[in-house]
Amino acid sequence: MADAPTDPEVPAAPSAAEKGTPEYTRRQFLGLLSAGVGALGAVLVAIPFVSFLLAPLLKQPEQVWRAVGASSTFKIGETVEVAFQDPSPLPYAGVSAQTAAWLRRESETTFRAFAVNCTHLGCPVQWLPDGKLFLCPCHGGVYYEDGQVAAGPPPHPLPQYEVRVNAAGQVEIRTQRVPIA
Amino acid sequence: MGLVKRILAFLDDRTGLGTFIGGLAAHPVPNGGRAWWWYVFGSATLFIFIIQVTTGIALATAYIPATGDAYKSIDFITNQAPLGNLLRGIHNYGASAMVVLIGVHALQVFLFGSYKFPREVNWLSGSVLLLLTLAMAFTGQLLRWDQTAFWSIIVAASQAGRAPLIGPQLAQFLLGGDTVGGATLSRFYAFHVFFIPALIFGVIGLHLYMVLHAGVSEPPQIGRPVDPKTYRQWYHDLLKREGVPFWPDAAWRDALFGVAVIVVVVILAWVVGPPVLGKPPDPTILQADPRPDWYFLWYFAVLALLPPGVEDYVIIGGPLALGLMLFLLPLANRGERHPARRPWAIGIAIAIVLLVATLSVAGQISAWSPNFTAPALSAQVIGSSDPHLVRGAGLFHTKGCQDCHTIAGAGGQRGPDLTEVGSRRTREQLITRILNGGTNMPAYGTSMTPQDLSDLVDFLQSRQQAGSQSGR
Repeated sequence: MADAPTDPEVPAAPSAAEKGTPEYTRRQFLGLLSAGVGALGAVLVAIPFVSFLLAPLLKQPEQVWRAVGASSTFKIGETVEVAFQDPSPLPYAGVSAQTAAWLRRESETTFRAFAVNCTHLGCPVQWLPDGKLFLCPCHGGVYYEDGQVAAGPPPHPLPQYEVRVNAAGQVEIRTQRVPIA
Repeated sequence: MGLVKRILAFLDDRTGLGTFIGGLAAHPVPNGGRAWWWYVFGSATLFIFIIQVTTGIALATAYIPATGDAYKSIDFITNQAPLGNLLRGIHNYGASAMVVLIGVHALQVFLFGSYKFPREVNWLSGSVLLLLTLAMAFTGQLLRWDQTAFWSIIVAASQAGRAPLIGPQLAQFLLGGDTVGGATLSRFYAFHVFFIPALIFGVIGLHLYMVLHAGVSEPPQIGRPVDPKTYRQWYHDLLKREGVPFWPDAAWRDALFGVAVIVVVVILAWVVGPPVLGKPPDPTILQADPRPDWYFLWYFAVLALLPPGVEDYVIIGGPLALGLMLFLLPLANRGERHPARRPWAIGIAIAIVLLVATLSVAGQISAWSPNFTAPALSAQVIGSSDPHLVRGAGLFHTKGCQDCHTIAGAGGQRGPDLTEVGSRRTREQLITRILNGGTNMPAYGTSMTPQDLSDLVDFLQSRQQAGSQSGR
């Protein structure tokens, strides 16, 4: 690089001799001070910034039991779609605060609830009553009525939700994290 | 001097901007020779990006990024807001144009060997811009927040969940919680509107600065390899000898092509209009067929066609490997630039174009998806009044066979076409297959009565090749 033009107002860069002098260590100190204070400021803001973005990972909602209907309304042997609200949805979540499930009454007292998320990549499975199969539209995954994989790429059986009938005769499903990972 | 001229002169004197920008505009660039028009793609990408930012800002004044209201606000923009439909259309086709142009620009730079010395860092910044553009395309489709978008984010989180060690956390991070909810859309809105564009602005600044710093690459010549020891001086001399001012000698082509692209985008937005809004993002509507916008269909096809055993590795490792290849390319930074002397470059470029094109077609057809909407077979197709055959044909539809198999053009393509299966398989073979299933086919042994099975097989046996006798 060519020599910069000398301007009498701008102090020249320190020479080798000068670098050990009190003048230069003062400059070093001031430089470090600026950089250090700047880093401190950045960290002060970065902590809330990162924590806020990562908050969903740190705070897990309490899972709850949600009623999906009186047990008398479900016919034995039939698989129907039910819907229930997510635990602690945000007030502006609107229609997306629901979750669907496939509910089957197996006997007078027992029920079974399947997640709608295919275990391959999460697409919603549909129930085919005559074939007694759950079918996924995305890549042709198929499950038998007990949730076992019948065909296609799904690696695991269809996940199930905990179900119970409460004292008032209402069928309740226990919410859980969306079963995709 | 007129008043306007005096004001401009005053501003230039105080800011020095006029002189500065004038100098930039007039900076010398190599003579493009016969390759002039190959250089327009970078600026066209930039123009479309500016269109996207502008239309995006306009749309953002009416779009509500709340999970409960987004769909309704888009409905408002499309059907009620004045020129809202046009604006949505420009933004939509502008997005397609961005993806196409940045791909063409990258391919052109690759084929011209312009990523070689001393422009390696520009290739790196361009690679970052390519990835950020794809991220914008993906998050943009999500913001339509219709049924497809809802399930697409679940599929994306599902894939992220395959990552080793941090998979479930990554999925939760994407969803903004442990399921899709109020936080999910706001998250993607912040990424699509603020975070990623801020990064893009910064990297574009770096990219343009480096175009000026290292200079636009001269058209490659056979027999003139890049030699880092001598290139800079040689380029400097070339500019002095044959350089032309960027404005207007080179810029007029950029302006013409860029505006032509914008005109095409506006015409498409006017004539074809934006994508019709799908069903609302209601998680309880389970009749869904999520698929990405056309520029991601090739990736959609890759995922569908993968053998299940390697899925985890390809979903996570594939993008990583591609990213690595992009970023390591500048290691090959010397030698011939002209494609005629770089057969590997030509091969790679052809391979990329063919792969993306064929996979996109495969993704469009998506034969792997069952067809739930095929109508039951008509009496004409059944071709018989035998009650067993007719009942069998009905079972072919209601038992789900037709979702994956086609007869006389109606049905799915997941499994083999059964139009003439009676000519190919014996009764015993048909029975065995139906009862036990096969690759990608469920076993119907426990969900068929003997009468059902008999009627269905009767029907299938009646499916003969034209002209041959019945196989019963």
